[in-house]
Amino acid sequence: MTGSETTDPNSTSSGPTGSETAGSETAGSEGLRADRVGRAAGGTLILDGVSLTPRPGAVTGLLGPNGSGKSTLLRLLAGVLAPDSGVVTLDDRPLPRVSRRAVARRIAVVEQQADTRLALSVHDVVRLGRIPHRRAWAAATAADEEAVRSALARTGLADKTHRPWHSLSGGERQRVQIARALAQEPRELLLDEPTNHLDIQHQLALLTLITELRITSVVALHDLNLAAMYCDRLVVLREGRVVACGSPHDVLTEALIADVYGVRATVTADGPDDRPHIRFLGAAPTP
Amino acid sequence: MTAAPSASKTAASEAPSRGARAAAVGGLRRTLLWASGLALLCASVAVAITIGPADIAVGDVWSAVAAHLGWGRARLTPLRDGIVWNLRLPRTLLAAVCGAGLAVCGAVMQSLLRNPLADPFVLGVSSGASTGAVLVVVLGAGGGLLSVSGGAFLGALVSFALVLLLSHTLGGTTDRVVLAGVAAMQLFSALTSFVVMTAADAETTRGIMFWLLGSLSGADWTDVTVGAAALVVALTVCLGHARTLDAFAFGQDAALSLGVSVARTRLVLLCTTALLTAALVSSAGAIGFVGLVLPHAARVLTGPGHTRLLPATALTGAVFLVWVDTLARTVLDPQEVPVGVVTSLIGVPAFVAVLYRAKGTR
Repeated sequence: MTGSETTDPNSTSSGPTGSETAGSETAGSEGLRADRVGRAAGGTLILDGVSLTPRPGAVTGLLGPNGSGKSTLLRLLAGVLAPDSGVVTLDDRPLPRVSRRAVARRIAVVEQQADTRLALSVHDVVRLGRIPHRRAWAAATAADEEAVRSALARTGLADKTHRPWHSLSGGERQRVQIARALAQEPRELLLDEPTNHLDIQHQLALLTLITELRITSVVALHDLNLAAMYCDRLVVLREGRVVACGSPHDVLTEALIADVYGVRATVTADGPDDRPHIRFLGAAPTP
Repeated sequence: MTAAPSASKTAASEAPSRGARAAAVGGLRRTLLWASGLALLCASVAVAITIGPADIAVGDVWSAVAAHLGWGRARLTPLRDGIVWNLRLPRTLLAAVCGAGLAVCGAVMQSLLRNPLADPFVLGVSSGASTGAVLVVVLGAGGGLLSVSGGAFLGALVSFALVLLLSHTLGGTTDRVVLAGVAAMQLFSALTSFVVMTAADAETTRGIMFWLLGSLSGADWTDVTVGAAALVVALTVCLGHARTLDAFAFGQDAALSLGVSVARTRLVLLCTTALLTAALVSSAGAIGFVGLVLPHAARVLTGPGHTRLLPATALTGAVFLVWVDTLARTVLDPQEVPVGVVTSLIGVPAFVAVLYRAKGTR
């Protein structure tokens, strides 16, 4: 489906628009899926019949203005929140029917800004990722140690294992959280605006890291250019509904940006790897 | 912390064999640490028993205990044997049990509620217990069927049930649990004061004051047995949840996404700590400070991982209260100071010193 077709607000009556989303060719098979999920809070509908099937091994970007429901959708996918309507399934089983531990061995979550007041080291934090794999009373197995070691190595933290959490910069903390998520050995990784509060170098480094992991990832992002550069698929939410999905090239059009964000922009195909590059020109004139 | 040298060392020891050897050495060191901790506790108990108006040596303690356990014959006169076996030993053991139990409850509450000010009494258990005890002592509630400690235990449970109900209706978040506990604490303290002011005579008031501040002077073997049983059960449950408690480091949602059933865990651990606290408070009164502060001291010793923190907290709490109670019963001899008063008088400066030393490592 194309972006222009779905940006008509009247066409999204009960959510069928969103049901044909990224990677729907694998429908009915393995993996994490949201099927027409809805969620209300305080009388307002935050999500309204959103469907999402992240393409295996690819990075799916969630875009949308503030309050469009990105974080809520991620929380539903993680099973931290339960949908009011619709269902989230893992390998075709509804999430509430899968044990919490089993979910945590499949899906790892990186929050926007995690913090603790405990005096934990980098190693301590990454080891938390093994909790769903370990039984009460049992000591850490060789597999646990290996998962932690490999997570630290993949995130470039091998020489920082004993650094205290409180001494880390924002970029390092996010890196540690991703290492913790990797120690869970997930097949799906959910990240909620992981580049918030990072400088541009760390934003690029973090997203490069995520794309190089080759794990099915869903990442909420604010920066359209970063989304264009790093995501394989994009899903755009507005007021709790999917208004566009597809490749960055198909989704990020001048019309969509004007419609969803209320911003005038020019989109050229001269970004890295000929991906779309967006230049913002100013606020769109209010109709 | 010593960042540079230790970091380079770990980078070098990435080879699995060296890692395994380091782990083995760490395991040995840990075993030694626990062994010496337990030895320190046993020695503390043995030595604390010898201190007091009647002159008793450590050897006398051993032989009295051995004789009662059926090894060897009694060397002591019945009077001195009674002092060891019926007075000082149960009292010292109850001190150890209370110290360990209250400190563990504090450590669990602080992690579970993510609040460094949480302590075993934050669930309103102690104030409920005092109201129950006062109702029995002053108004004769229960018509002679209820002992003071029985009344205290019932009061503690009623108060805890109220806190659970209140925090559930208020939304069930950790903040609400703490707020509901504070509300219950205020309510039951007011009730206690009201009953004491309106109905008690001076003598009863004095007795109750002693109880409210915490005292181990009435310790007998029943108290020790009940307290120790509760401690063993609660410690087993909490240690079984040690890793689950670790998962709360980054908050509830993080714990959920690490596979923890947050609601169930919270209920199980709150009930466990409340029951242990109720059992301890009903025999020793509300001994403050231990549950609030000892976990912080233990955290400085072991770090925040609960598999090590909980046993360490239990050991430090036990040793601490054994010595504080010894001081409480001897410092103004023949008068006795409520142990709760001494815990705070000694504990606060010690706590400040510990936190001050820990400041540099953060």
